[in-house]
Amino acid sequence: MRQVRDVAVVAFAQTRHTGHDTGASEPELILPVLEEVRAQTGLRRFDFTCSGSCDYLAGAPFSFVSALDALGAWPPISESHVEMDAAWALYEAWVRLQHGDADTALVYGFGKSSMGDLRAIMTLQLDPYYLAPLGLDQLSYAALQASALGASRDELDRIVRRSRTAGRENPYALDLPADEDGGFLVEPLKAHDVAPVTDGAAAVVLAAGDRAGELATRPAFIRGIAHRIEPHYLGMRDLARSASAADAARAAGVGKGPVEVAELHAQFSHEEIILREALELPADTVVNPSGGPLAANPVMATGLIRIGEAARRILDGSASRTVAHAAGGPCLQHNLVAVLEA
Amino acid sequence: MGNRCAVIGVGQTKYTTKRQDVSIAGLVREAALRALEDAGLTFADIDAVVVGKAPDLFEGVMMPEAYLADALGAAGKPMMRVHTAGSVGGSTALVGASLIQGGVHDRVLVVAFEKQSESNATWALSTHLPFNASLVVGAGGYFAPHIREYIRRSGAPAHIGTLVAVKDRLNALKNPYAHLKIHGISREMVESTPMLWEPIRYLETCPSSDGACAMVLASEQAVTGTPAWVHGTAMRSEPIFRAGRDTVNPQAGKDCAADVYGQAGIADPRRDIDVAEVYVPFSWYEPMWLENLGFAAEGEGWKLTESGATALDGDIPWNASGGVLSSNPIGASGLIRFAEAALQVRGMAGEHQVDGARRALGHAYGGGAQFFAMWIVGSEKP
Repeated sequence: MRQVRDVAVVAFAQTRHTGHDTGASEPELILPVLEEVRAQTGLRRFDFTCSGSCDYLAGAPFSFVSALDALGAWPPISESHVEMDAAWALYEAWVRLQHGDADTALVYGFGKSSMGDLRAIMTLQLDPYYLAPLGLDQLSYAALQASALGASRDELDRIVRRSRTAGRENPYALDLPADEDGGFLVEPLKAHDVAPVTDGAAAVVLAAGDRAGELATRPAFIRGIAHRIEPHYLGMRDLARSASAADAARAAGVGKGPVEVAELHAQFSHEEIILREALELPADTVVNPSGGPLAANPVMATGLIRIGEAARRILDGSASRTVAHAAGGPCLQHNLVAVLEA
Repeated sequence: MGNRCAVIGVGQTKYTTKRQDVSIAGLVREAALRALEDAGLTFADIDAVVVGKAPDLFEGVMMPEAYLADALGAAGKPMMRVHTAGSVGGSTALVGASLIQGGVHDRVLVVAFEKQSESNATWALSTHLPFNASLVVGAGGYFAPHIREYIRRSGAPAHIGTLVAVKDRLNALKNPYAHLKIHGISREMVESTPMLWEPIRYLETCPSSDGACAMVLASEQAVTGTPAWVHGTAMRSEPIFRAGRDTVNPQAGKDCAADVYGQAGIADPRRDIDVAEVYVPFSWYEPMWLENLGFAAEGEGWKLTESGATALDGDIPWNASGGVLSSNPIGASGLIRFAEAALQVRGMAGEHQVDGARRALGHAYGGGAQFFAMWIVGSEKP
């Protein structure tokens, strides 16, 4: 990576995620987290704003349009939106702060996957001519990947148990039982291997240069951030590995130092195994101490929350070097990795 | 605004009602390959890809960048997907430029598309209960009251919209990529078409098009061929439901223009800009945006249109390409404005070239006239 301007996460907030529709609209989900990061930083205006959301979750166009009303974007603001997980909105904001003429950025993401059938909706992101007609839903293609990996049931169960136990300690995540019996949903995946349907939102404030130190006592500096996509067609990839996550991790510089905590966007238990290997995480790295997506998965905010959670460990002084990961596309097609340091 | 950025390649597909001979991937690849060819490059020379399009409901493919990664040579590279409503094409160019200006990459491919024939845009643009009362009016029904209010405020005579509809279709006859080629277009022809949404007649609206547009953007050290230099970039957004906002002359548009003019050193846009490609999906938006963008004083935009100043042989040609009124692959329409502005200052606009164009404005808007994206490009290094 070239000479970059110091940019840090200086504030992070998330909703108390729910496994059901509480009746709150998307703007109603966003407003409290926006207020929280404003209170944390004392900022009411930001030089740049970027968000991530997906129209298909609500089944209506322009979910981000009414989010601007929650934002109270007046006077008009410099703002953009990605139809991707909000981790990529954070990336766009990080790039914008590299220009040198903007110092603060607000990033947020939101999703209500309770509104529809998430498994079927996610099928709509497949190649509409050659893949979608096969009728594979999200669970089926994840199971294909889990089969390719061939992880043991014990190992998958350990990941789920650890994630759900951590999630119950996390006031923002869902309370899910540590152990759950049940048959296969799609072999080899069981219900508890799958991230729960979740509604929620999250917001992050980025600050560059001197502003970072002014807005937080211990800013979480983004020492590296990179993302890579790989071929869409599952048959063109070695599903047991994630070449794009490995490339992104190298570009972000994960291996340049110890990794105390890693927050991984693993929406299925087996994905954690693939990602640990791709990121070459040391054995002593604590993975998903928040519970990760297996304990709360507000789609379109889940990746941003990984960055927020990894940053929070720096902001609160409990760690000095952490890693965050976000993913998009079927079977970890697209991966983003960020390294955060005190 | 960071490091210098230039447009070094432009590629467009022939805009048309239905491109049944290509898939969505084939459509975007066609534009991308033409942009690469223009730049004298291949996919191997590209560091990152940025894709833009309007709502995914238009084609029924959710977050289609995942599926388009292979066709756009993005595998192994960073890829982004931008969506800012109708302004998305412009925003896509700006996100791509930002990657260069921020010093992150040297060459970025930006691509925007819409394959409107895959679905029904009016349906896809209409929100439904429980989010909003469903009007099922699409964009024309939404913007018609704003146009009526403009006419009331400015006292513009009724034929102004007709003049724009004729002028842009005359320009389209000179553009090989334009969708609508209406030979013999005249005021009488426009006025004989049905009234769709008072005061917008059928020929005063944009068509529904299939098409894609692509650009190769480069840092200063990575320039090949003929560059169009980026002199300024800006985005602005305002809330759709804010009670006090002026939907006829939106503050976000004025602020965005002031920002981009400031960066490019433009004091008087009518004098300092040689040609403008502005998002005019309904004829009356030309006089409205002439005012919003500072080419005319408030209430005076229609006089500029009436005088012929915005025609191809006028002193400030608007939409020499034929504009959105002649080609409208929605998600790409903003990028086409930005790309046509670049073609003009590169001297590569062909039959619709404005002689000696040195500085050009690219403009896009979207949502309830609340999202704005603009850039100024020039033949000389900023």
